[in-house]
Amino acid sequence: MAYTEEELKKELETKEYEYGFYTDIESETFPVGLNEEIVKAISLKKGEPSWMTEWRLEAYRAWTEMEEPEWANVTYKKPDFQAISYYSAPKKKPQYDSLDEVDPELLDTFKKLGISLEEQKKLAGVAVDVVMDSVSVATTFKKTLAEKGIIFCSISEAIKEHPELVKKYIGSVVPKKDNFYAALNSAVFSDGSFCYIPKGVRCPMELSTYFRINQAGTGQFERTLVIADEGSYVSYLEGCTAPMRDENQLHAAVVELVALDDAEIKYSTVQNWFPGDKEGKGGVFNFVTKRGLCETNAKISWTQVETGSAVTWKYPSCILKGDNSVGEFYSIAVTNNYQQADTGTKMIHLGKNTKSTIISKGISAGRSQNSYRGLVQINSRAANARNFSQCDSLLMGNQCGAHTFPYIEAKNKTAQIEHEATTSKIGEDQIFYCNQRGIDTEKAIALIVNGFSKEVLNKLPMEFAVEAQKLLEISLEGSVG
Amino acid sequence: MLKIENLHANVEGKEILKGINLDVKPGEVHAIMGPNGSGKSTLASVIAGNEDFEITEGSVLLEGEELNELAPEERAHKGVFLSFQYPVEIPGVTVTNFLKTAINETRKAKGLEEMPANEMLKKIREKSELLEIDRKFLSRSLNEGFSGGEKKRNEIFQMAMLEPKLAILDETDSGLDIDALKIVANGVNRLKNDENAVVVITHYQRLLDYIVPDFVHVLLNGKIVKSGGKELALELEEKGYDWIKQEATV
Repeated sequence: MAYTEEELKKELETKEYEYGFYTDIESETFPVGLNEEIVKAISLKKGEPSWMTEWRLEAYRAWTEMEEPEWANVTYKKPDFQAISYYSAPKKKPQYDSLDEVDPELLDTFKKLGISLEEQKKLAGVAVDVVMDSVSVATTFKKTLAEKGIIFCSISEAIKEHPELVKKYIGSVVPKKDNFYAALNSAVFSDGSFCYIPKGVRCPMELSTYFRINQAGTGQFERTLVIADEGSYVSYLEGCTAPMRDENQLHAAVVELVALDDAEIKYSTVQNWFPGDKEGKGGVFNFVTKRGLCETNAKISWTQVETGSAVTWKYPSCILKGDNSVGEFYSIAVTNNYQQADTGTKMIHLGKNTKSTIISKGISAGRSQNSYRGLVQINSRAANARNFSQCDSLLMGNQCGAHTFPYIEAKNKTAQIEHEATTSKIGEDQIFYCNQRGIDTEKAIALIVNGFSKEVLNKLPMEFAVEAQKLLEISLEGSVG
Repeated sequence: MLKIENLHANVEGKEILKGINLDVKPGEVHAIMGPNGSGKSTLASVIAGNEDFEITEGSVLLEGEELNELAPEERAHKGVFLSFQYPVEIPGVTVTNFLKTAINETRKAKGLEEMPANEMLKKIREKSELLEIDRKFLSRSLNEGFSGGEKKRNEIFQMAMLEPKLAILDETDSGLDIDALKIVANGVNRLKNDENAVVVITHYQRLLDYIVPDFVHVLLNGKIVKSGGKELALELEEKGYDWIKQEATV
C-alpha cells in the first residue's frame, strides 16, 4: 500500500490509549476544595511536624495571592481549584514485608503496566519506590541502599525520619513561592520521593519511582527531593502512566535536585500521562517545576521522554552556581492528536567555566502543537561559560505545529553560545524505501522516529531506553492493518 | 521468474508505460536501456510497488504469482529488490540496524525466527568483504552524508544481505567512478546464480562491460521497441538512440 499523508494522519488519530484502565481500590478521599483547613488536614493526616504544617500554610497563603501563568504556547480550560480533591490514599495501608501482602488488585495493575514488582525485583540493580495515588505502597531494595548510607524513601517518611535534611533542602532550589503551581504543590503535596546519597558514595543501582494517577478527580501533587552530597553519584529514574479518564486531571509536581561539590545526578523521566482521546477530550494537565542546583564541579543531567498529557508545561532546569559545574538537558517530546506541549529548559550560568548542553527533539503529529522554550543565561561573573543547544523538530502530517522559542541572555563577553535548529518531515520516499526492504509502514515510522530520537534515547539507562522506545511506538503508530 | 504482460501504468493520470512485455528467467541478466524519460525508472518503481504509479492494464508476475495488488513490503518478502537510483537518507538509523530490521521483518513475514546475532554478524562480515566495505561504514546513519558511490555500494550491500530472487538495479552506475563500478559489478556477478535474476536499468553501456547481460531491451516512450543480445548495447553506445527512434516510427 502507498502511504499517503492522509492515511498517516488517519492512522495516528485512531490510536487509543493503551493503558486505559481503572483499578478499583478502596481509597480515602478528602472533600473537594482548598482552604487552610484542608492544608492543615493533609499535614495532620500525614502526621507531619508543625514546621512542615507552617511551611505548607505559608505556601498556601502565597498561592492565594498568585495568578495562573498564561505565557506558555498552550490553550486549555483552567482547572477549578475548588473542584479538586487534594488528598487520596489507598485505604489499606499497612507496611508490607513482602509482595504477598500487597493488595492483589494493585499488583495486577502493575502487571498491566508491565512494571510488576516481581519483575522489577528480579531486574538486577533497580530499586522501586512505587507511588500510587499519592502514597508510597511498597519500597524495595531498601536494605542494600541502607548499607551504603543511602536514604531512599517517600518524602512523608523523610519528613518524619530525617527532618534535618528535609528542612535544610526543601524549597532551597524551587522556593515555595517560585511560581503558581510550585506554590500550590508546596501547600498540598501529597507524597513523593526523597533520596539522599552520602559523601563520596556512588549509588550502586538505578533508583526508580513510578507514578500513577488512579482516583477520579484527585490531582496529584508529587514532591521529589534528591540530594547528592559531595563527590557522590546517583542515577534516578521516574516513569509515569495513567488510566483513561473523562475529566481533566491536574498534575503539578515539584522536583528539586541538589548536587553538592563534585557530585553528579542523572535524572531520567519517561512520561506517559493520559493525553486525552482523539477529539482532545480529557487528558492530564502536567504543570511541573523541575530544577537542579549544581555546586562546584557538580553535574546534573536531565533526560526526558514525554509522550503523554493533554497539556504539558515543563522546564527541567539547572542552576550552575559552582565553578566548573555542568548542566545537561536531553529531551524527546511527542505530541499527537490535540496534545499541546510547551517544554524546554533553563540553564542559568553563575559560576566560572560552567558548561551546558541542550538537545531537544520534538515530534508532532495529528493536530498537536509542540513548542520548545529554552533560556540560556550567562551571568556577569560566569567567565568562559559555554552552551550548546540543538533543537530538532519532526513533523508528521500537515495539521500539527512545531515552534521554537530560544532565549539567550549573555552578560559576560567570554561566553560561547551555539544554537542549532532543524525541522524535518517523514517523507513518503523514506517510507517507500523501508517498504521496499520488507519493512512495513508501522515499523518504518518507528525506525525513523527512533533514529531521529537516538541522541536522547542513548542517554537513558538501558532498561529505560527499551521502555521509552516502546512508548514512542505506541504514541505514534496506532494499529496498521 | 519475472513476467510482465501488456503493462500500462500512469502517474498523476499521465500514461508512462504503454504496454510492456518482458520475460526474465532464473539465471538471466536483462538490461533495459533507453533515453531519458522513456519510462525506465517508472518500470522499476511499478515492479517494486510504488503506489505513486497506477497500473491501468496488464500484470506483473513473480514466479507465476501476480504482484499487482501486493504492498511493496509484501513484494520485498517474496524476493523483489530494488537498488534505488536515489537512495534516501534515514538519520540516526545505522546501516547495520536498518539491515537487521529489514532481514528480520522479512523472516517474520515468512514465519521464521529472528536471525541469531552471530549468524547476522557472520553474514555482514562476509558480504562487506565482498563489496570492500569498511566496517566503520556500517555504523554510520543510512545514506546520511554518503558520497554518490557509497550510496550505490550500500544498495548492493543490502542486496547481498537480503539475497533477493529478483534484483532491479536502477541506474546503479550513475555516480560511480570506474573503481567503484568494478567493485559493485563484481559484487553483483558474485551474487548471481541459477536461481536468481537481475534486471539492470541503465543509460550507458559502460556498466554492461562488467555485468554482462543475456538480453538487452530498448525502452522508448513507454514501450520496448527492440530486444537483442549484448551486442545491441554496443550498437547503441556507438550509434545513439536516434536510429531506434526512426526504426520505431517506421
